Amino acid sequence: MSLLRLDDLSLAIHGKPILSGVAFDIAGGEIFGLVGESGSGKSMTALAVMGLLPSGATTSGRAEFMGRDLLTLPERALTGLRGNEIGMIFQEPMTALNPMKTIGDQVAETLLIHRAASRAEARDVAREKLARVGLPEDRFPLSRYPHELSGGQRQRVAIAMAIALRPKLLIADEPTTALDVTTQAQILDLLKGLTGDEGMALMLITHDLAVVAGMAARVAVMQNGRIVEQGATETLFRTRTQDYTRRLFAASAHQPQRRAQTRPETLLSVEGAVREYILPRPSPFAKPPVLRAVDGVSLTIRRGESLGLVGESGCGKSTLTRAILGLDPIQGGTIRLDGQEVTPGHTMPHDLRAKMQVVFQDPYGSFNPRHRVERLVAEPFHLTGQPKDARDRVAAALEEVGLSPADMGKYIHEFSGGQRQRIAIARALIIRPDLIVLDEAVSALDVRVRAQVLDLLARLQESHGLAYLFISHDLSVVRSITDRVLVMKAGRIVEEGATEAVFARPEHPYTQRLIAATPVIPAAWQDSA
Amino acid sequence: MTRYLFRRLISLALSLVVASLVIFAVIEVVPGDPASYMLGLNAKPETVAALKDQLGLNAPAPVRYLNWITGMVQGDFGLSYTYKTPVSQLVIQRLAVSLPLALYALALAVLVAFPAGLMAAARRGKVADAAVMGATQVGIALPNFWFAMLLVLAFALHWQIFPAGGFPGWDQGLWPGLRALTLPAIALALPQAAILARVLRSALIETLGQDYIRTARAKGLTGGQTLLRHGLRNALIPVLTIMGMQFSFLLAGAIIIENVFYLPGLGRLIFQAITQRDLIVVESVVMILVFAVILVTFLVDLAYAAIDPRLRKRA
Repeated sequence: MSLLRLDDLSLAIHGKPILSGVAFDIAGGEIFGLVGESGSGKSMTALAVMGLLPSGATTSGRAEFMGRDLLTLPERALTGLRGNEIGMIFQEPMTALNPMKTIGDQVAETLLIHRAASRAEARDVAREKLARVGLPEDRFPLSRYPHELSGGQRQRVAIAMAIALRPKLLIADEPTTALDVTTQAQILDLLKGLTGDEGMALMLITHDLAVVAGMAARVAVMQNGRIVEQGATETLFRTRTQDYTRRLFAASAHQPQRRAQTRPETLLSVEGAVREYILPRPSPFAKPPVLRAVDGVSLTIRRGESLGLVGESGCGKSTLTRAILGLDPIQGGTIRLDGQEVTPGHTMPHDLRAKMQVVFQDPYGSFNPRHRVERLVAEPFHLTGQPKDARDRVAAALEEVGLSPADMGKYIHEFSGGQRQRIAIARALIIRPDLIVLDEAVSALDVRVRAQVLDLLARLQESHGLAYLFISHDLSVVRSITDRVLVMKAGRIVEEGATEAVFARPEHPYTQRLIAATPVIPAAWQDSA
Repeated sequence: MTRYLFRRLISLALSLVVASLVIFAVIEVVPGDPASYMLGLNAKPETVAALKDQLGLNAPAPVRYLNWITGMVQGDFGLSYTYKTPVSQLVIQRLAVSLPLALYALALAVLVAFPAGLMAAARRGKVADAAVMGATQVGIALPNFWFAMLLVLAFALHWQIFPAGGFPGWDQGLWPGLRALTLPAIALALPQAAILARVLRSALIETLGQDYIRTARAKGLTGGQTLLRHGLRNALIPVLTIMGMQFSFLLAGAIIIENVFYLPGLGRLIFQAITQRDLIVVESVVMILVFAVILVTFLVDLAYAAIDPRLRKRA
């Protein structure tokens, strides 16, 4: 007998179809994976089960939970189920908790709202559940506020809240996507342990095939609001009967075709770079403490080389990047680009800045929404002077990144995330820089789009002799696109070497830990199809 | 927390010093000589000079500034040229009207604005929301002196529940005083309530889009519980900012309403002092108002820290 049974579930929001004929079963205590790209309808399926769909949504079909159809239950009955029988955690742990309330109160609230315990009992349960998710009271008192915790710790609090009443079903919507790989491994471990101990079923929603491979007994693949294929995880991964599943697999293991083309001349050299932040004084007369975010880092990039920089959040890689780009001053060491010293702020000469361009992570936030694409792409010309054929060059750059010159007249909101990232690359290319800094440039993209953008980057590197500084927390991406890699931890470079060598034989324990924590699809499952 | 307090207090003191310098400098360059004003058009120049000397107006500016400041610190605000009474006494009499009036109006505004803002946010896009938005639009647009006259027509002349104007003084008892202040307070509260309701509504709606609201719903809270337990406190910061500004405005900015109701408030005092070139009164009252505004800002800052643990921590 299944715990949750979706039968021909369809959903439209303001008449626009979002889900059609979604059907699957989740048995009590099982881990069920729901994979698909963004916009495939995974999250909407979860929200339909929770009864938390946005306004304007109309549903048809059935969503039976322990024999009751969730789609027809009145709101009163649903509030009785949510948090009690069905718990849910979300992707963004940084914003998922109320910043004004202590973690103890927030966990206890789950019990109080369902009148499952008195105030004192609720606190005891909160204490016990927080300890269960790895936040014991002696180190993490109940009186802590969310802002005093890291992303991984906040996700643990969210889990404690969701499991406080021992729900029969936990829905986890991309629970580890925003987390570092070692933290991801811990959270996945915790979720797996909880399903075992509490006999709770887990519906794990993710875009990451490797995460599902290591967790779920059964899996469903979604595309455009439909279930493309479902079955036991290993069988499905081995057989891949559907074309879409095959393409998804190919994209997630994609290796762009590229030839090393490093030339001997040094392009960028960083020597002993130090970046310090002054922290607030603990008392009015004390000396302010100093945080060393970048602690004596040295590196070189040669012309035409692709260098990877990996590390977890907070390791200093973004701070280092800002210093290299001349956006922040450094307190020690030197940074030279093509022999000329990089100075921060307005004193950096235009011709020097024109040699180096950047593509950031967020394809949504890095464009002025009021400018047309032509102006956006032509922006770096202020460094070199507006050429007479600016329009033609914008058109050429757009064609180079796989867009059409006709896109010049459009605004940025008319493009998808992948297209926006192509426009960002066109903007970086237009003044023919020597070095492009790619700061998590493909991290926000779906696997298939990411594979295409990686191909594009490989092709452009070859045709223009570009050097890349590729910064990412995603090891597999770095492995596929770089010649050499640096591993950064707590402001220092702990390991450096040819990419393949480092990944095949990591020497530093930290690198070994990172690689071990990265989820992979078992090699044996991959060849059989 | 003590650090936060300490820094706020220092900035409070600095603001006061700067404000006093600016006020003093402005009064220095304003045309009009109090001495000749007091003695009238036919006064002999020698008499005027003697009076100026007596008033201490001939001393160099830094000396007069220091005298003014040290006097104020000791509670001596000087003598009004026109009323011939100590300024401190005048101000205390007027504050006894203006301060309760401002508090009364603000309390009324809050009592109306909070339910209205909460209801509009809870039912955003629905009829109740549209009704609140329409009503607040009218509340902001209506000139409050005109609304005050309507109130007088209805509640003082037609029904005779409240007096049409004047103030009996608190020595007549609490109730007559409050009665006299009720209509002016309503007139003052109307636009403030409308603004406050709108600010609260938009702050709440922004908060309701946050991830932690979704988390709260997933825990099993109803929409209303989510709004009160997780939405309201997070939306309070902008509301408090506006309330602080409104209180400062109500304290001295009620001059039109004071005129409509013949109330002896601070606004009228300062207006009369300006027209009569009673510069001692002007500079002292302005300084007291500046002090009041800075104090309110300080209290609002403390309230921020009480609401938001992140502000407490940063300090």
